[in-house]
Amino acid sequence: MDLGILAWGDTGWGDELARGVLTTVAIAAAAYLVGTLIGILLATMKLSGSPALTMPATIYTTVMRGMPEMLVIYLVFFGGGALSSWIASSVLGIRGRVDLPSFAVGVVCIALSVGAYACEVIRGAVLAVPGGQMEAAEAVGMTRWQRNRLIVAPQAFRIALPGMTNVWQFSLKDTALVSIIGVTEVMRTASIGSDATKQPFTFYFVALMIFIVIAYLSQRLFTRMQHSADRGVRWGA
Amino acid sequence: MGGLEFFTLFGEALSHLSAGIPRTMALAGTSLVVGFVLALGVARGVLSQAVVPRSLANGYVYVFRSSPLLVQIFLIYYGSGQFRGFFEAIGLWGLFREAWFCAILALALNTCAYQAVLIAGGLRAVPWGQIEAAQAVGMSQYRVFVTVAFPQALRHALPAYSNEVVLMIKATALASTITILEITGLAKQLASETYRPFEIFAAAGLIYIGINGAIVAGFTQLERLLSRNATQRT
Repeated sequence: MDLGILAWGDTGWGDELARGVLTTVAIAAAAYLVGTLIGILLATMKLSGSPALTMPATIYTTVMRGMPEMLVIYLVFFGGGALSSWIASSVLGIRGRVDLPSFAVGVVCIALSVGAYACEVIRGAVLAVPGGQMEAAEAVGMTRWQRNRLIVAPQAFRIALPGMTNVWQFSLKDTALVSIIGVTEVMRTASIGSDATKQPFTFYFVALMIFIVIAYLSQRLFTRMQHSADRGVRWGA
Repeated sequence: MGGLEFFTLFGEALSHLSAGIPRTMALAGTSLVVGFVLALGVARGVLSQAVVPRSLANGYVYVFRSSPLLVQIFLIYYGSGQFRGFFEAIGLWGLFREAWFCAILALALNTCAYQAVLIAGGLRAVPWGQIEAAQAVGMSQYRVFVTVAFPQALRHALPAYSNEVVLMIKATALASTITILEITGLAKQLASETYRPFEIFAAAGLIYIGINGAIVAGFTQLERLLSRNATQRT
């Protein structure tokens, strides 16, 4: 194993890998944010009590959790590309293939699956807020919006945090899959490097270590958030 | 892309891709069983009082759970090529050259880390008094584990196990990246031959959803069966 190939600049792959790290973190963070919004929307639908809203949300989460994430990426990237080519040629009269931007597709696909997992975490957290508090809030004359914003949301956030930490790890690990549609994140950079240098073990091992370090650092960030969210909580009360 | 044409192609894709079902099941099944056997050892390490086995087991779990499976698969399949001389010398190159072997190895090592956590959690949930009682009536350590601790640990871990099995079925799709023609691999091949990716990948998705739905239903039945027993006794 020759570590010289990891040098910075033209002689090594250090700077390429560093750019890959930025791309990986950018995709993971963007997908996590969009996925959380999707999750909040789906959880609201499931908690609404109306079958017209619950059903589509349930179908969505069942489909997304039952399908491999890689297949979702293929479906959106290639299937969506074929679909837009068809629309381009038959509706707009443009000939030729339409290629979807792989970075955006990557973010959207991971967000779609993150959303399904986030939905369950958020729904569980909202349900875990004691019902008596809602009654109390109603009794002091709070509106529905005030109750949700001032009573449910802050507590549900705290309860959802451990689960949402897991969802973040999902999001981070799923970014490796977008290498298959050519986004040059850590995994793709490692593949290019290993093809060029014929040192696959070195590159994939470095990729593995990079993911572990990112996971470790982000875990610490979430732990700090948890500590700050847990301020003022009386355990066992 | 008319409606009828869509359904014809979708149907054809379904029947073509179903040839991959046994391969997907074989990948997931073998890895789950191998992973389970290994996980027993790792769980033992996780629960150990001794520092060295415990840190080794926790380190193993941490590495495999916090890195992407795709990296693990590539590290084993392509990475082993860098040490070809070494593997030839110890006579294992024949195995590491095989995509099937590498896929199952990576999947098994990966699920082993997750299963170890489930098993350790299940064992922790067994009331200590029961273990003491079993020891008091003179059971050997092995018998305490096999007849008292382990069955209860499994029942406790069952809901999470159903999740892990579903995740493994989904994970087998990654084997298609190293030339294995399971459901996703066949779908990719068919999509590039027909230029109709949407219908084909949608059909593949439906097959996975069907398999996973059946697994979840099966586990729900099993849980009901096992918990019926539990409620009767208490």
